[in-house]
Amino acid sequence: MARAHFGPVPYAKPFALELVRHMLRIRRFEERCAELYGTGHIRGFLHLYIGEEAVATGALTALGPEDALVGTYREHGHALVRGIAPGVLMAEMFGQREGCCRGRGGSMHIFDARTRFYGGNAIVGGGLPLGVGLALADRMRSLARVTACFFGEGAVAEGVFHESLNLAALWRLPVLFCCENNLYAMGTALARSESETDLCAKARSFRIPAERVDGMDVVAVHEATKAAVAEVRAGRGPRFLEFQTYRFRAHSMFDPELYRAKAEVEEWKERGPIHTFTARLKDQGLLCEDEFLTLEREVQHEIDAAVAFARAGTNEPVEELTRDVRAAEGQA
Amino acid sequence: MSTYREALREAHREALARDERVFLMGEDVGRYGGTYAVSRGLLEEFGPERVRDTPLSELAFVGAGIGAALGGMRPIVEIMTVNFSLLALDQIVNTAALLRHMSGGQFHVPLVIRMATGAGRQLAAQHSHSLEGWYAHVPGLKVLAPATVADARWMLWPALCEPDPVILFEHVLLYNLEGDPGSAEGGSDITHACVRRTGERVTLIAYGGTLGKSLQAAEQLAQEGVECEVIDLRVLRPLDEETLLASVKKTRHAVVVDEGWRSGALAAEVAARIAEGAFYELDSPVQRVCTAEVPIPYAKHLEEAALPQVSSIVAAVRAAL
Repeated sequence: MARAHFGPVPYAKPFALELVRHMLRIRRFEERCAELYGTGHIRGFLHLYIGEEAVATGALTALGPEDALVGTYREHGHALVRGIAPGVLMAEMFGQREGCCRGRGGSMHIFDARTRFYGGNAIVGGGLPLGVGLALADRMRSLARVTACFFGEGAVAEGVFHESLNLAALWRLPVLFCCENNLYAMGTALARSESETDLCAKARSFRIPAERVDGMDVVAVHEATKAAVAEVRAGRGPRFLEFQTYRFRAHSMFDPELYRAKAEVEEWKERGPIHTFTARLKDQGLLCEDEFLTLEREVQHEIDAAVAFARAGTNEPVEELTRDVRAAEGQA
Repeated sequence: MSTYREALREAHREALARDERVFLMGEDVGRYGGTYAVSRGLLEEFGPERVRDTPLSELAFVGAGIGAALGGMRPIVEIMTVNFSLLALDQIVNTAALLRHMSGGQFHVPLVIRMATGAGRQLAAQHSHSLEGWYAHVPGLKVLAPATVADARWMLWPALCEPDPVILFEHVLLYNLEGDPGSAEGGSDITHACVRRTGERVTLIAYGGTLGKSLQAAEQLAQEGVECEVIDLRVLRPLDEETLLASVKKTRHAVVVDEGWRSGALAAEVAARIAEGAFYELDSPVQRVCTAEVPIPYAKHLEEAALPQVSSIVAAVRAAL
């Protein structure tokens, strides 16, 4: 059984609205990304998070500013919740010097030192040992920080998943493993690639406490993460959370979606994280339609401003092509 | 006097004592004392937090080294041999080497990875290869090959001071080499190639395990009146073109000795740089002495036949003249 949250939303109005704002911002930002892909402003691979917003929103709002985050190539949502400015993010996707990585990374490689956002990793499972190492450094430096390491369920098929969980458990490192199980590794359903589809059982085989969470419910995600983070921060070793979620869009802009039925997508959309949460808030009197429309408008303005920022961006001069391969003379 | 192994150990001891961010991790570096006994005694001296035995998980512990470097530490990661480093190649090439650039200069990885390389101990094909050239292909990495006791003693600290990843190759036949470790002032350069023997007639270019054989070949040729200049590359990436070309322009002949396979070896890159930078000064084509294009065999006579030897280096010099 996945942890779900029945009953009333246990938050005061400001925090509840903050959660809505985060999810809406991700949704509208990415819808705009898809349009800008169509017009050729964004190129390369573009992986949308639409449908999965409750996971990044619920989980990242349970972290502190001192904590670290390691993400995947489907990381726009995490970047936005973590506090990377939408304009800087959009400029990166436009490939401009005003982007967070001066146009070196693009959609799949978002980095931000200020918020300890360590990517943006397009090698499936590649971030797992990185998260373990960040946690090792914190432990050796006696810092009570947590590293939240995100990966998809596809990553559990990689050897490095098992190596990394073992190392983290063996050394009792402060890592929170966050598995975003959206059921498909590109087009391969979990049952078609794993002999054991119970992902928590895999984590428990390394003696890591694990919990399955309804990833469409932002409250369940937030509560589960808050509890796990407290354990990790207290020095009780790594924790594993499996968030069951679903992407409403294709894997990337090149995916004709031959591997799943339209009815299945529609069924999951009924559980969409934004409308189900706002409905609960309305039922409880924490949100009225006018407030929701105001939120929508504000988010829309933010995204418009982000796109305007990116459109006004400039190209990195070609003379700068080889900067930041290694440190320049005298640079740290 | 000290051995190459003792010099490396002393370098680790110095680094661990000097900077509390430095720690060593890898397979059997602690209790066992290091596969090649480099780290023997360090666990007792510095404790298990800083001399850290790992499971046989090359990909994860190299990746963890990268993460720890990002998190403010200065890790030294030992991989038992270059052959096993292929299990960690993804993290080295797809993460360590790229992060500074891919993040627009926001993050960097001050990590030193050490590994044994090379053949000559009848360890057969999965323990004997020389893949330094692969790593030297990758922008973002610095690649070092200490071939003397002094370099074994003094290359580690400057490598740890680099803000970006450094790979250090130790040829397995060098661990028992005896020599003068010298002083810090004499050996802390990790930028330049080094002229190990001066000569006027032909330039021999070698590194790591082939330096000793090249010096022996030079000695033998000197008795016949052929004076070779022997260059130890020391730094395989970035190549010190200036030292190379200055020597070749003087001798007008070049022989490159490399334990890698001939096709696409580092020797090919060195030969190309010479062709680009000193073509009109050459009096004969550049010669290469590389490993035969076979997996390194177990049987002693076959292994010897596969590798560059003093006799094949001498023959190549004669061919160049």
